[in-house]
Amino acid sequence: MIIMGLYNYWIVVVLMMIGFYIVIAHGNLIKKMVGLTIFQTSVFIFYISMAKVDGGTAPILADDVNLYSNPLPHVLILTAIVVGIATTALGLALVVRIKEAYGSIEEEVIQTQYNRDQNSLNKENKTC
Amino acid sequence: MKDLLTVVMLTGIYGLLSASFFVAMDAVDVAFTEASVGAGISTLLMLVAVSMTGRSEHSTRHKPLLAFVVVIITGGLLIYGTLDMPYFGTADAPIHENVAPRYINASLQEVGVINIVTSVLASYRAFDTFGEVVVIFTAGIGVLALLSVVRRPENDVEIESLNESMHEQHLILRIVTKMLIPFILLFALYVQFHGDYGPGGGFQAGVIFAAAIILYAMLFGLSTARRVINHTFIRLIAALGVLLYGCVGVASLLNGGNFLEYNVLLDEPIAGQHLGILLIELGVGCTVASVMVIIFFNFAGRKDYKHNQQNKKEVKDKTILNDEEDHDDHHGAL
Amino acid sequence: MPLYINAVIEISGVLCLLTGSFFCISGGVGIVRFPDFYTRMHAVGVTDTLAAGMVLTGLMLQSQESLVVVKLLMIFLMTLFINPSASHALAKAAFHSGLEPLINNNESNSKTIDKKEGNNRVGD
Repeated sequence: MIIMGLYNYWIVVVLMMIGFYIVIAHGNLIKKMVGLTIFQTSVFIFYISMAKVDGGTAPILADDVNLYSNPLPHVLILTAIVVGIATTALGLALVVRIKEAYGSIEEEVIQTQYNRDQNSLNKENKTC
Repeated sequence: MKDLLTVVMLTGIYGLLSASFFVAMDAVDVAFTEASVGAGISTLLMLVAVSMTGRSEHSTRHKPLLAFVVVIITGGLLIYGTLDMPYFGTADAPIHENVAPRYINASLQEVGVINIVTSVLASYRAFDTFGEVVVIFTAGIGVLALLSVVRRPENDVEIESLNESMHEQHLILRIVTKMLIPFILLFALYVQFHGDYGPGGGFQAGVIFAAAIILYAMLFGLSTARRVINHTFIRLIAALGVLLYGCVGVASLLNGGNFLEYNVLLDEPIAGQHLGILLIELGVGCTVASVMVIIFFNFAGRKDYKHNQQNKKEVKDKTILNDEEDHDDHHGAL
Repeated sequence: MPLYINAVIEISGVLCLLTGSFFCISGGVGIVRFPDFYTRMHAVGVTDTLAAGMVLTGLMLQSQESLVVVKLLMIFLMTLFINPSASHALAKAAFHSGLEPLINNNESNSKTIDKKEGNNRVGD
């Protein structure tokens, strides 16, 4: 009986863990952005599935309907979706600039290049 | 999966599927927003980014076993945490009991709008929406700061010749687009002003408006689109949207109420609510549309700039080679 | 007369919906089973537009209000314009990036050779 009542939360947890795994396990920056998008959408599904009431309809007032789904999570998620796309756009702009500056979007390549730049900067400071 | 183009396409399909899921959960406003934003603009921006950063991924050398273990442990803890949650769809869960009944019951009398989501978004929780509009504006400024390129103004002859050559190549798409763009803009206006009576509102309308302009820019060239939508004008509109929203709040302060309290804007409280909601949705629509257009124009402008720089470098290398050959010929002749 | 008009409208609506879903599924089967990009796109482009049209017609026949019928008609017209343009854009993009359609060279060559031999024999 527990499974029948709680399966929506478990689906959300599975999606969230998939997004989390993509972010921490892949080195490519674009894939990390995609993982973040999947994580975000799983949080949206969590809230919206909590707002659903059995036998209710969409929260637009109509004459012959008594039971409505909860409109408050809908409002929060509407805000969250648009803010999510804004931050995704900013993140993608950062990825484009990183590619221009370091020549690659793989995390390891960027890390080695950055360490090399830091070492050469330290050597310059020491000689000066 | 090594091909990033496939990954981006699948992300778009994932966004569309989650939008249809939201429809099944009776969240029609949210589904509208997710379909237009998540499956439309987000896929487009990721495609532009992938086209600028390379299409395939390098293979990793190490096996991410530690990441897998961490994910499994976190997932297990989260599932343990959900065992106390209320069952799916029960009507007596705690979230349905405190504030939501007040919104559902009193929305018609206090605000006069039948779409409860719009009344909560624009009237009861208008301050949160103000913060959201400012966040969108800040993201637009951030992209401008990162990716903007000073463009030398191109003369009309270049633009006309570019238009002519592109016209032959993309004839069918151009004609169909010319017929469709007015309808897309009309639909955006419809969604904007019918947010009170059905799913809709400022965010969705702004995104659809921006989609029409982006379609025009993709098919007719960025220079032509920049002639239609002036650079200064669009940044002005973005700032004006936020300013309009803030001014509505300040106007209600000046009239004796709280910040963003619409009852005091006009003589009748319900009429005041309607006016307040109309004005702030207009502000939201303006800001969202212009910020999306700014973001796309900057991404595409950066790509054009890098392309031109590469072409110029190739031309310079070729001319240097030619000069060296001429030089050698001169030396030989001497 | 008015008694079974309602039944006829409802049954035709259901039939339209079922036909639309069948065409959609057949388009999906086409994507999986066809050998080449261009043939797959041909399968989807044609059947998806038809399926969308049938589903929308079925919904139109089943709806109660007239405003919904007008909105669905608008959506149908838009789909008629947009779906073929999208297929055209996809095929054009693929062709310009160099994807060649799958032409079975062995078979067509052998056919022309047989024809030539046949002609020679007839001519001789």
